[in-house]
Amino acid sequence: MITFDAVTKRFPDGTVAVDDLTLEAPTGEITVLVGPSGCGKTTSLRMINRMIDASEGKILLDGVPVQSIAPPTLRRGIGYVIQQAGLFPHRKIVDNIATVPYLLGWDRKRARGRAMELLERVGLDAALAGRYPFQLSGGQQQRVGVARALAADPPVLLMDEPFSAVDPVVRTTLQEELLRLQSELNKTIVFVTHDIDEAIKLGDKVAVLRVGGRLAQLAAPKTLLSEPSDDFVREFLGHDRGIRRLQFVSTEGLRLRTDLTVRQGGEGGSSEEPWLLVVDEQGGPVGWIAGARPGELEPFGTFLYGRDSMRSALDAALLSPSGCSVAVDDEGKVVGVATREALDEALAEAADG
Amino acid sequence: MNWLISFFAWMGEFFGNGENWSGPGGIPMRLLEHLEFSALALLLAVLVAVPLGLVIGHTGRGEVLVVISANLARALPTLGLLVMFVLLLGTASIWPVIIPLVLLSVPPILVNTFEGIKGVDPDLRDAAYGMGLRGGQVLGRVLVPVALPLILLGCRLSAIQVVATTTVAAYTGLGGLGRYVIDGFATKDYAGVVGGSVLIVLFALVVQLLFTLAQRVTVSPGVSRRVNVR
Ligand SMILES: Nc1ncnc2c1ncn2[C@@H]1O[C@H](COP(=O)(O)OP(=O)(O)OP(=O)(O)O)[C@@H](O)[C@H]1O
Ligand SMILES: [Mg+2]
Repeated sequence: MITFDAVTKRFPDGTVAVDDLTLEAPTGEITVLVGPSGCGKTTSLRMINRMIDASEGKILLDGVPVQSIAPPTLRRGIGYVIQQAGLFPHRKIVDNIATVPYLLGWDRKRARGRAMELLERVGLDAALAGRYPFQLSGGQQQRVGVARALAADPPVLLMDEPFSAVDPVVRTTLQEELLRLQSELNKTIVFVTHDIDEAIKLGDKVAVLRVGGRLAQLAAPKTLLSEPSDDFVREFLGHDRGIRRLQFVSTEGLRLRTDLTVRQGGEGGSSEEPWLLVVDEQGGPVGWIAGARPGELEPFGTFLYGRDSMRSALDAALLSPSGCSVAVDDEGKVVGVATREALDEALAEAADG
Repeated sequence: MNWLISFFAWMGEFFGNGENWSGPGGIPMRLLEHLEFSALALLLAVLVAVPLGLVIGHTGRGEVLVVISANLARALPTLGLLVMFVLLLGTASIWPVIIPLVLLSVPPILVNTFEGIKGVDPDLRDAAYGMGLRGGQVLGRVLVPVALPLILLGCRLSAIQVVATTTVAAYTGLGGLGRYVIDGFATKDYAGVVGGSVLIVLFALVVQLLFTLAQRVTVSPGVSRRVNVR
C-alpha cells in the first residue's frame, strides 16, 4: 500500500504543485490520479519514487517512509513507465527490458531470459528482441516500456500518461492489455492521466485532483459518476456522466426473451411480433426481419450476456432498427433478445442506483 | 593543360627519387614525425576536453568554460599562437609546438562533447534515473553512448585541424610533412612542394577514414539508425 500523509510540494520558485494531499493506493489495485493539466499529478507520482522530494508530509510504502530509502535502491524496486517510453536508443529491445535486472546484478542469461518472457507477456513478438527502439512503432515502444518496468517484478508500478502519445485505437488495446496483465499480476499501480474516460476504465479507485494540487474526490469510478462530491468534479466528469455510468451496470439481471428467434429458412410463418431475429444453423444471429417487410434482413447489435455492461447492451439496441439488442454467449450463439421494454426496466433500475 | 603536366612531372620527380624514401629527411620519417606530433597533441586534447565536456554537460556546472573556450577558438590566430610559444620557449623541445596544437584542438572537442551530453533527450535521462541508475551510470551507460556521434565529431574536427596546423609548425624548424612544402618554397624545389602537399592531403584523408571507421565500430546502430545490421 502507498500512503500519502499530508504531502505538500512547494517548488523553489514558490509554486505549490501538491497541497496537503492525503491518499491511499491499496495493494493490488489500480489507483488513478486524474485532473486538469498542471494540477500536480506528475509531481505526486514522482514523489513516490523520489524523482521529486516532498516538501512536507510523508509518503509510505507499506508503512516505510520513502525518504528513508536511497533513491537508486527505491527506484529499482518500483516500476516506472513514462509517456514517451524513454527507451535507451543504443540498446536492443531485450537489453532495454533487462535494464533493472542488470542493475540488480543478475547474470546476462537470466536477465535476458526474463526479458524474453516479458516480451511475450506484453503481447510482443519474440522477433522484436533483437531490434533497436527506433525500429518499433509508438505502441510497441510503449509495450516495451511496460515490460521494462515489470522486469524485476516490482510490487509497485508508477505510470505517467503511458498511453497518451499513441492513437486512440492502439490506446484502447493497450488499456485492455494493462487490465489483463493486472488481473494476472496484481500489482499496486498508480496511474496518471488527464483523460477521465481512461481513469474510469482503468481505476479501481480514482482520485480527482484540482489545480493547486488538492484532492477533490477519491472514489470508485461508479461512485464518482453517481455521486460527484462537488461542481468541479461534476464538470470534470463531463456531460454524458449518466450514459457512462451504465458501464458499471451489469447485464446479468437483464430480462431476455427467447421466443423471438426463427431458424434461417424457416421464416415466413405469420407472427404477432413486429420483429423476429433470424439465427443460423450454429445459433449465431443473422439479422432481423420485420413483420411488415418480410424477406429483408435488417442489421443487429450484440452484447455478451452477463459480461458486457448495460452501456454495451444499449449501444447494441441503437444499432438496429428493431430497437432490440441481441444477447450472445462466448461462442457467439444467441442466448436471447433484450427488448425495449426490458432495457427500459433495467435503465429505470440503474437510475435508482 | 601545362600545369597538369608539370604537376605530374613534379610528382614523379618527388616520389621517384630514391633518396626521398630513406634517411632522416625521407618520406617514412617525415610521415612518422607528422603522425607523432598530431597524435600526441590530439591525445592530450582528448584527455583534457572529453572528461571536462562530460562533467560540465552532465552536471550543468561550469558552462562558462565551454563558452569561453568556444569564443577563444574563434578569436585566436593559429600561426600567431604557434610563433608566440616558440618565441617564449625556444625550439629545443617539441613542446612549444605541441602546447598550441593542444590548445587549438581542445575547443571543438569540449564544445561538441558538452553539447552532445546536454542535448540528450530529457525524457531519456529521466527514464534512466527512474529505473534506478546512479548519476555515474546514467552518464556512462546512457548519455555517453547516445552522445557518442557528437563527441567523435568534435574529435574528428580537431584531428583535421591538428594535421593541418602541424604542417605550419614546420615554420618553426620542426619536422613533419610541412618541411617539404616550406623547404621546397625556400629552395624553389617545386617537386618537394607538390609531393609534400599531396602527402598531407592523403594523410588528412586517412585520418578522416579512420574516424569514419571508429564511428562505425563504436556507435550503436540504434543511435546511428543503421537499419540493415543485426
Ligand atoms: N520543477 C518545477 N519548478 C516549478 N514548478 C513546477 C516544476 N514542475 C512542475 N511545476 C508546476 O507544478 C504544477 C504541477 O505540475 P505537474 O507536472 O505535476 O502537473 P500535471 O498534473 O502532471 O500536469 P499535466 O497534465 O500537464 O502533465 C504546475 O503548475 C507546474 O507548472
Ligand atoms: Mg504530468
